[in-house]
Amino acid sequence: MSLLSLNNVKTNIDQYAVLHDVSFEVAEGGVFVLLGRNGAGKTTTLRSIMGLWKPSPGSIAFRGQDITGLHTADIARLGIAYVPENMGIFGTLTVDENLVLATAKGKIDSTRLKWVHGLFPALEKFRDKQAWSLSGGQKQMLSVARAIIEPRELILIDEPTKGLAPSIVEAMGEAFREIAENSTILLVEQNFNFARKLGRDMAVIDDGKVVHAGTMAEFAANQELQDKLLGLSM
Amino acid sequence: MEQVSKTFEKLGGVNLLPIILGAVAFVLIGAPSSWVTLTVAGLAMGMMVFLMASGLSLVFGLMDVLNFGHSAFVSFGAFIAATVLGGLSGWLASDSIALNAAALVAAYSAAILFGLVAGWFFETVIIRPVYRDHLRQILITMGAMIVAEQTILAFWGGTPYSVPRPHFLEGSWIIGDVSIEIYRGFAFLLGLAAFIGLYVLLNRTRIGLLIRAGVEDREMVESLGFRVDRMFIGVFMLGSALAALGGAMWAGYETLITPALGAEMMIIVFIVVIIGGLGSIEGTLLGALLVGLMSNYLGFLAPKMALASNMILMVAILLWRPNGLRPAVK
Repeated sequence: MSLLSLNNVKTNIDQYAVLHDVSFEVAEGGVFVLLGRNGAGKTTTLRSIMGLWKPSPGSIAFRGQDITGLHTADIARLGIAYVPENMGIFGTLTVDENLVLATAKGKIDSTRLKWVHGLFPALEKFRDKQAWSLSGGQKQMLSVARAIIEPRELILIDEPTKGLAPSIVEAMGEAFREIAENSTILLVEQNFNFARKLGRDMAVIDDGKVVHAGTMAEFAANQELQDKLLGLSM
Repeated sequence: MEQVSKTFEKLGGVNLLPIILGAVAFVLIGAPSSWVTLTVAGLAMGMMVFLMASGLSLVFGLMDVLNFGHSAFVSFGAFIAATVLGGLSGWLASDSIALNAAALVAAYSAAILFGLVAGWFFETVIIRPVYRDHLRQILITMGAMIVAEQTILAFWGGTPYSVPRPHFLEGSWIIGDVSIEIYRGFAFLLGLAAFIGLYVLLNRTRIGLLIRAGVEDREMVESLGFRVDRMFIGVFMLGSALAALGGAMWAGYETLITPALGAEMMIIVFIVVIIGGLGSIEGTLLGALLVGLMSNYLGFLAPKMALASNMILMVAILLWRPNGLRPAVK
């Protein structure tokens, strides 16, 4: 049984149909990459999984349980974390407060915190700073750290490398590899060079439909398919 | 200019504004005794307006709800407290401070209880169906405000309603040639206690952390596993109860109230919420103190300007800081 499965998901935003027919399955463990051009429907797919936009018709199942109609908070409590494209950090709260907020009982496990600080050392240095004062890369680290401060089965991450310096992108990649040892990551990414090093399985969305699904190794080896589906040579 | 701005921020930033306003007024008024009386009156008024405005600011910030019906809680709080105080007039006239205080506690408790229950009803029945639709929010909450005003008119009549004060809050403290009305001092201290309570709730508790985060990004709080809609009912009830308490205290301050009290106060309350910065309790306090002080100083220095003073203050602050003095979101 797959960890997450989307079946014929169609999502409308106001009067616009954004997802027409999205179906794919995410197996447990590793990184699953969702690729596609700008405006193809990748972010809408993640938001639909989180219940921030309700799919109709279509269904989304997590560990076999239908989560289509559930409230976002109930979906999160099943063990799904979300790192949005805009990072969604709370600027007036401190780094530590941002992390505490992501825990179910308001207390951070010290071993876990140590691990998170190991992945993102800047967060330990600036733990009492208000989050708005962090740099773009540090904000992204905080956003990811918040998603992993407690064990989660599935982490949805939306374009985490956008606008970041190459050194931070590399550090982020290292962190994702380590996180994926114990959790499953569903990664939306436009930076194919970054995604190809991390992904095990992948799918491509175009115009609200899944147009290709398979392994990353196969897709990375097929330049013609990349050009056709992503519209550019990488 | 940048250096001046940095020094200003270092010294306390916008928190200095009430002190600067007070200092300017001290020079213009000239007479220290008049200045002290006006300052205490301004601080007391500011604290009562803060109580009325704090809930509205949180509701506005947390749920993006424009609640023009907020004034109904102020009006009902005032009339319910006045009725309880009227019913306990024997206790109020007594020389016993305990009986005086008991009457006051009963009146304020009745107002707060009403605010809690009415807040729950208002949120569940009137606000919930119009989330995310500002036009409908304005229409339906203004409609509710009119219904509330007419209900007060039906129950208490249109003539000014007299509000008895407890014996121990009558009169003034005389210090040298300075006279400070006891009720104003009491209103200031009670308002200050409410602010401290709210500050601790928002800054030292987990629910406060969630409310502050919800003001910034409601969707993200829900994505972390918390039901903001359920939290909102609690915030709405708290805000309504504070507004009712503010109304009850204002009734004792004015001693004669009419059903239009809430609607009249609403203009000031909205100005305070806007200049303070949406969703910010510290900003609301700052805005309320500035409005209270400005109103009293200008009422003394240029009475004809008093009515326009709050509008002038709002325009000046928004030109300087379009998001208010201490916006909750950065």
